[in-house]
Amino acid sequence: MWQLFQIEVFKIFRKPRTYLAFAIITGFIFLIQLGLLLNGKEFFSFVLGSVNDTMDVDYKSLINGYAVCFAILNLLLVHVPILVALVAGDIVSGEASMGTLRLLAAKPVSRTQIILAKFSASALYILIMLIWIAFTSLFLSLVFFGSDNLMITKVTDIRIIESGDVMWRYYCAFGFAFIAMLVVAALALLLSTLSENSIGPIVATVGIVIICTLISEMEIPIYQKYIRPYLFTSYMLGWKGFFYINFNDDNQTIKGSIENLPAVLKSIGALVSYIVLFVTASVVIFKRKDILS
Amino acid sequence: MAVILSVNHLSKRFKDITAVDDLSFTVNEGDVYGFLGQNGSGKSTTIRMLLSLVKPSAGEINIFGKSLFTHRSEILKNTGAVIEKPDLYKYLSAYQNLYLFAKMSGIKVTRQLIMEQLEMVGLAERANSKVKTFSQGMKQRLGIAVALVHNPGLIILDEPTNGLDPQGIADMRNLILQLSKKRGKTIVVSSHLLSEIEIIANRILIINNGKKIVEGNATELFDPAKTLVKITTGNDIEALEKLRKSPWKDFINSNETISLTINKNKIPNLTADLIAMEIPVLSIVPQHSLENYFLSLTNQTGHVAAFSN
Repeated sequence: MWQLFQIEVFKIFRKPRTYLAFAIITGFIFLIQLGLLLNGKEFFSFVLGSVNDTMDVDYKSLINGYAVCFAILNLLLVHVPILVALVAGDIVSGEASMGTLRLLAAKPVSRTQIILAKFSASALYILIMLIWIAFTSLFLSLVFFGSDNLMITKVTDIRIIESGDVMWRYYCAFGFAFIAMLVVAALALLLSTLSENSIGPIVATVGIVIICTLISEMEIPIYQKYIRPYLFTSYMLGWKGFFYINFNDDNQTIKGSIENLPAVLKSIGALVSYIVLFVTASVVIFKRKDILS
Repeated sequence: MAVILSVNHLSKRFKDITAVDDLSFTVNEGDVYGFLGQNGSGKSTTIRMLLSLVKPSAGEINIFGKSLFTHRSEILKNTGAVIEKPDLYKYLSAYQNLYLFAKMSGIKVTRQLIMEQLEMVGLAERANSKVKTFSQGMKQRLGIAVALVHNPGLIILDEPTNGLDPQGIADMRNLILQLSKKRGKTIVVSSHLLSEIEIIANRILIINNGKKIVEGNATELFDPAKTLVKITTGNDIEALEKLRKSPWKDFINSNETISLTINKNKIPNLTADLIAMEIPVLSIVPQHSLENYFLSLTNQTGHVAAFSN
């Protein structure tokens, strides 16, 4: 299994497509950083909206590395599933269309091992991609913009997180994003086992993520009550929960607190359940599959 | 001689289509076993079942005396295969492809082993070239190296000469013969070309519509007494009339073209008689295609099963 995992990792990182994702992420983050460096005040002024009318905002301290990273993640994490699908959606079906799946499946390794090795390799790819996102969006932003307190808005609330209380929240947020992206990888893997061409599962994964995200975000009561709880996309933005800090009775933020930890944990539980469901289904389907490609 | 592969009452159905129907055969140690059939006859499905790529609907497969269904991993460790086209990872080099597949076969892989295999198939100088730059023949040779790198006892080659030029076909034929004679490998090789199988196989199975038509020794099956000879003349209608009045009339197969099923040794006599009858002969060609072989079986005996053992 370890050997098979190494082989799958080797194959992923030998594909030019893999590096395309890193190039896109790097370019995108650089563009945001450049934009905020040049017009950060206008951007945050727009984000804060009516808050500008009720309080005097110190933009000099507001525009710091933590805030820039938060803005980047808000914009970027919605689109990372596309990059995940690009690699994971191709992982079985790409081999089928290339004709190598029959060689692989005729080797003395079980089909369960093949699927688990492929999923684990996708997980490593996601992990490396998120570390890269963390490096470029968080650490480079801290270098370019410096560090200060992080101001977060939630509906009409404004919460200030002290600079010393921010970093661990980012670690948790990236950990959460890793689990969320694993769901996308597991879904792409499942669709990949059903197809024999590379493009179909990638497009289908992206399509499902987009449609489910739209339904999750729709403010239609019947959808929110009966459909939303069953959509994995409803839990994917749970990373923000780590930044919703609690208040005490004096309306002061409590260092090290999370406003609704059970909700965050519930999201993690739901996402892990989806991963197990999708990977199990992939194994069952792949084990039964006649390889005719 | 030990039985290496034994297939019993194997069937495969895809919804309404029966691709393989109650097929049974055995391959002995050291055999070059020719697996013949026209395109769509069920050869590839059978081979995929032998490699556990396709699940049989019924039947048993035993390789090295063990059931493929219960000892899959153990059996595949000692089996090498080229399945139809030699599709490999195009974005990897020949060396990397061979290295990966050798690793997957569960053997200890060294640079020396990989280079020896590449040397054997004449690709050592292109070891670091990406497979996407290879010709079909080179890919096929690399596919053979992948099949042989773990030194398997049983080698399964599905249409190994597909897409090869004449030199490539000859090289492949020589390689198969070498593997059998010098290295004592047991080889199952499928083809739709009788002429190819005739040269390399010592035992042959012919299937059609998923069913066994005939199995036996090559020397018995390709009986020279049943050679189909096709004649082209300057005037086929007149030639056919003259032949119908000659002692050759009983050997004529067709009313439209001139084809006779005769003993191969009689071809010189036939040629002499045609000249004596003043028939303007343009060509006399013994036919070797599988289609014609099937036709000869059908026409000689009334039904193809007449050759069954």
